[in-house]
Amino acid sequence: MTVARFWRKQVHRYNLVGTHCNECGEYFYPPRNMCPTCRRDGKIEPHKFNGAGEVVTYTVIRTAAEGFVHQTPFVLAIVKLDEGPQLTSQIVCDPEVAYIGMKVKPVFRRIGQSGERDIIHYGTKFVPV
Amino acid sequence: MKVLVMRDVAIIGVYNTKFGEMWDRSFRDIFVEAGVGALEDAGVSGEDIGGLYVGNMSGGQFVEQEHIGALIADYSGLSRNLHLPSTRVEAACASGGLALRQAIFAVASGYQDITVAGGVEKMTDVSTSIASSALAAAADHEWEGMMGATFPGLYAMIARLHMHKYRTTSEQLAEVAVKNHYNGSMNPIAQYQNRITVDAVLKSIMVADPLHIFDCSPITDGASALVVAPADIAHKYTDTPIYIKATAQANDTIALHDRRDITTLDATVIAAKRAYEMSALTPNDIDLVEVHDCFTIAEICAIEDLGFTKKGEGGKITEEGETAIGGRIPVNTSGGLKACGHPVGATGIKQTVEITHQLRGEAGKRQVDGAEIGMTHNVGGSGATAVVHILSRNR
Ligand SMILES: [Zn+2]
Repeated sequence: MTVARFWRKQVHRYNLVGTHCNECGEYFYPPRNMCPTCRRDGKIEPHKFNGAGEVVTYTVIRTAAEGFVHQTPFVLAIVKLDEGPQLTSQIVCDPEVAYIGMKVKPVFRRIGQSGERDIIHYGTKFVPV
Repeated sequence: MKVLVMRDVAIIGVYNTKFGEMWDRSFRDIFVEAGVGALEDAGVSGEDIGGLYVGNMSGGQFVEQEHIGALIADYSGLSRNLHLPSTRVEAACASGGLALRQAIFAVASGYQDITVAGGVEKMTDVSTSIASSALAAAADHEWEGMMGATFPGLYAMIARLHMHKYRTTSEQLAEVAVKNHYNGSMNPIAQYQNRITVDAVLKSIMVADPLHIFDCSPITDGASALVVAPADIAHKYTDTPIYIKATAQANDTIALHDRRDITTLDATVIAAKRAYEMSALTPNDIDLVEVHDCFTIAEICAIEDLGFTKKGEGGKITEEGETAIGGRIPVNTSGGLKACGHPVGATGIKQTVEITHQLRGEAGKRQVDGAEIGMTHNVGGSGATAVVHILSRNR
């Protein structure tokens, strides 16, 4: 991933900023600019999530993609934020302690490296509450 | 449905290359073999064909080649003199199923008569890690892949929740692999011809908990092709045309985390519903099915979402042998993606070739007795695209 491609969504990745549709009330993270319910009638505005959430499901990645190999084994999860949306992220914890329903909160962390020049990128992971 | 004004379509010729790691054979070699094989099976020549639709997920990443439609027509000898229109179709691992759909549209609409649908992927010219990255592009790269998700990781999260909600076990997942290897051992084109045990699956290395390496489909080279024609003239070419009773597709969110229910592929549910409506058939009418078992959990979800059992009971009916050849609803007689192999762009066509062989009664040792109606189910990514076809011996 190039620097520009990552930088473009930096505020969203670093600060857990998504969007909210003022027409129907649904929250989106990752951010969407088109509400699937209201479409062109939606009123989309930015929304900063406080990040409190719960693990919906998880796995322990043991064979990782390029850029993540040095982190194995690590816990990858789908987290449901209190406002409703679900996202994919990592849980910083011992793989043995992860469970479905675990309460988590966000932390700012190094996510991975990409490309031949090993650009390090940062973003939001989660830790057990 | 608008289908009522369209022409019935039949398959008149089919061909699969050998599937596997074919280091001595190129992308061009395998698709030419598949195309020629299908034309020979149908008894037609280039002059009879209206066009080609070819499923290919990622020539760009696997062999650094785009413009696949043109390349295939050219090296199949259909460009320099005949200048046939040739179109590449891409929907990740569902590319083949979608290519078949485009060919059916072309014939059903009357725009073309005899049309070729094919699929090809040459995946072993790159390292396993590059192949895995190429495949991961079928998920949401920016919001899944960038967070460290892999394809096995996404399906592992489906499996974990399925186990949590429905008490599905690792042994039940392993039974899918055991059955598909058993079926593959009777399929001469299958990548894996060996039979395996539940114990071997459970002792294989863990890739993404709870999925072991033997829960995953392999990286494969292979090509498949078939020829479709208006049903009214199909008997000119073959004694046993296989009729298309339904073609249906549905899409869903690209990312797994945005789905209504992580353990249900709504795209599969809706595509199946559309296919049953179009054909006026029900799951009880289907004699056998080729489903998209890119991972063992994917087959469990598929047989539930296609309506062959209640949600949550896929593991149980697999364990009880209902999906084996000779069981209530044989699933993946070809060996599936797991044992026959998964050259991603070719898979949707390969499934259709297998069902055609079965309905013609020429599937050899893996023949399902009295098979009249079969189904194929082809998925892109973690379920963002699903394609379902229903085929029948009877018009
Ligand atoms: Zn809205």
